[in-house]
Amino acid sequence: MTWLLEPFRLEFMQRALIGCVLIGFTNGFLSAYIVMRRLALMADALSHSLLPGLAIGVILFGLTPVSLFFGALAAALFVTLGAELISRSSRVKEDTSLGILYTVAFSLGIVLLSFSKVRVELHHYLFGNILGISNTDLWTIYWISLVTLIVLVAMQRPLLVMLFEPSIAATQGVRVSILNYLVLTLLVFSMISSVQAVGVILALGLLTAPAATVYLFSNSFTKMFWGGGVIGMIGSCIGLFLSYWLNLPSGACIVLVLGGIFCLAFLFSPKYGVLPRIFRKRHLHEQSLARWENRTGLHKQDEHGDDSHNH
Amino acid sequence: MSSHRLEIKDLTVAYNRVPAVHHVSMEMQCGHCVALLGPNGAGKTTFFKALVGLLPLESGSVSFHGHSIRGTSSELVYLPQRSHQDSDFPITVQGVVELGRYLKLGLWKHFSEHDAAVVDEVMQTLQISDLADRQISALSGGQQQRAFLGRALAQEAHVFLLDEPFTGLDKGAQENLRETLRKITARGNLVIASHHDLKTVPDLFDQVILLNGELIAYGETKEVFTEENIQRTYQTEVFSGVPHHQHRHHHES
Repeated sequence: MTWLLEPFRLEFMQRALIGCVLIGFTNGFLSAYIVMRRLALMADALSHSLLPGLAIGVILFGLTPVSLFFGALAAALFVTLGAELISRSSRVKEDTSLGILYTVAFSLGIVLLSFSKVRVELHHYLFGNILGISNTDLWTIYWISLVTLIVLVAMQRPLLVMLFEPSIAATQGVRVSILNYLVLTLLVFSMISSVQAVGVILALGLLTAPAATVYLFSNSFTKMFWGGGVIGMIGSCIGLFLSYWLNLPSGACIVLVLGGIFCLAFLFSPKYGVLPRIFRKRHLHEQSLARWENRTGLHKQDEHGDDSHNH
Repeated sequence: MSSHRLEIKDLTVAYNRVPAVHHVSMEMQCGHCVALLGPNGAGKTTFFKALVGLLPLESGSVSFHGHSIRGTSSELVYLPQRSHQDSDFPITVQGVVELGRYLKLGLWKHFSEHDAAVVDEVMQTLQISDLADRQISALSGGQQQRAFLGRALAQEAHVFLLDEPFTGLDKGAQENLRETLRKITARGNLVIASHHDLKTVPDLFDQVILLNGELIAYGETKEVFTEENIQRTYQTEVFSGVPHHQHRHHHES
């Protein structure tokens, strides 16, 4: 066991581990919502648009968590509302306008960061650097996680009803659009917290893979929430270990581990996996096959060596 | 039981100021299975959507049990013809019925044994207990419909608005749904279902609404479902706001 605990004598590794647990669980929990509402593109746009916000925050107010936070929030709002405005006031659809706006915002962020006098490692924002996490960062992450989880758990019932059938939910008094905006806000918050761990480009991995994995196993939305949280947390921690032992970038390791877990589910999940489906017996019900053969007299042909009907 | 009724007064619904349903007034008693009949474009779906608050009312009011309903109400449930939900949604038949209880319980109230008992009872009434653990895409059309009816029953809704529930069902499933609707109305609920197969109306429904933009007739099937009324319903031209036919009077809102 000592080899397992050894890295955590180092203080920065302790902080990184706590960060991974919090970020992994919160983002994994949220991922159920992203997967079921098919918001992956929206989430990607949001995470990319954090970059110019971070840059402006740094340039105007210096490198403090608060300035990063508000800069990112403003940029995310600008991109989502802007995309909605464009799609509503012209014939361009929302996915296209979102695509344009977020790549423009992202490019603006890169340009701004290269102009800024404050020395910022662009690299860290793009791909994350959880080893460099500070105590203040940890507190920010802690509060974001706490609020996000409490709100999501409290809203679980109306969320489930809404995700299942938005129009029916609306007829039953669920405030669908308010609920949507609430969850989008939580999404931006938890992305801001995960920028430290995996960076703006890889954030989407934490926000989709965990719940998508559970989705391949289970027919319970509650399990997608909690299971997504657990997988996100475990995956992040394993990723952190690997990055320490193999001396690799942490964000990439975390997303690779989550991707690996998803692949295993995709291939081997007994219910909805690909391999069990391919190798499942064609005729699940032997009785029904037997009855069919009896009726059509096919069994006589089979006795003569023609087994092409027996898959 | 005079308060147990759905009252509609002067209901007008319009799309961009062109009325699709106008000046409908009627009073319906609970415990009936009512057919909503009319040609395509007569405003059947519009009528339903307006009742559950999905469309704004241009004029008029709706009240149930003597209480006026504004916007949404858990007393009225609308089941669209084909629900737009993703059939791969991770939910089982029992989960769908439980959704009804969630709506009833709100955010915090504990899901008690009583709630579980209600869910069981509803599934038994609708004969879907055997399917409780099935994911919803692994159901036939009729079974899926019963699961959704189950959610509305579990929610203890009183008025069921069904959009073409008999469409696409074979003889057996149709029979089954008829029995189900009988059971629901026997519990004192009101079922209003849009329907297009005129031949089966007397067999399936005890009351009919004939609608063609405006209300042509409403009453007991025996009295109202006459050759003459049907002619009037299906042969009047639907008002669709053609320029030479101006809609002059004003609506109060």
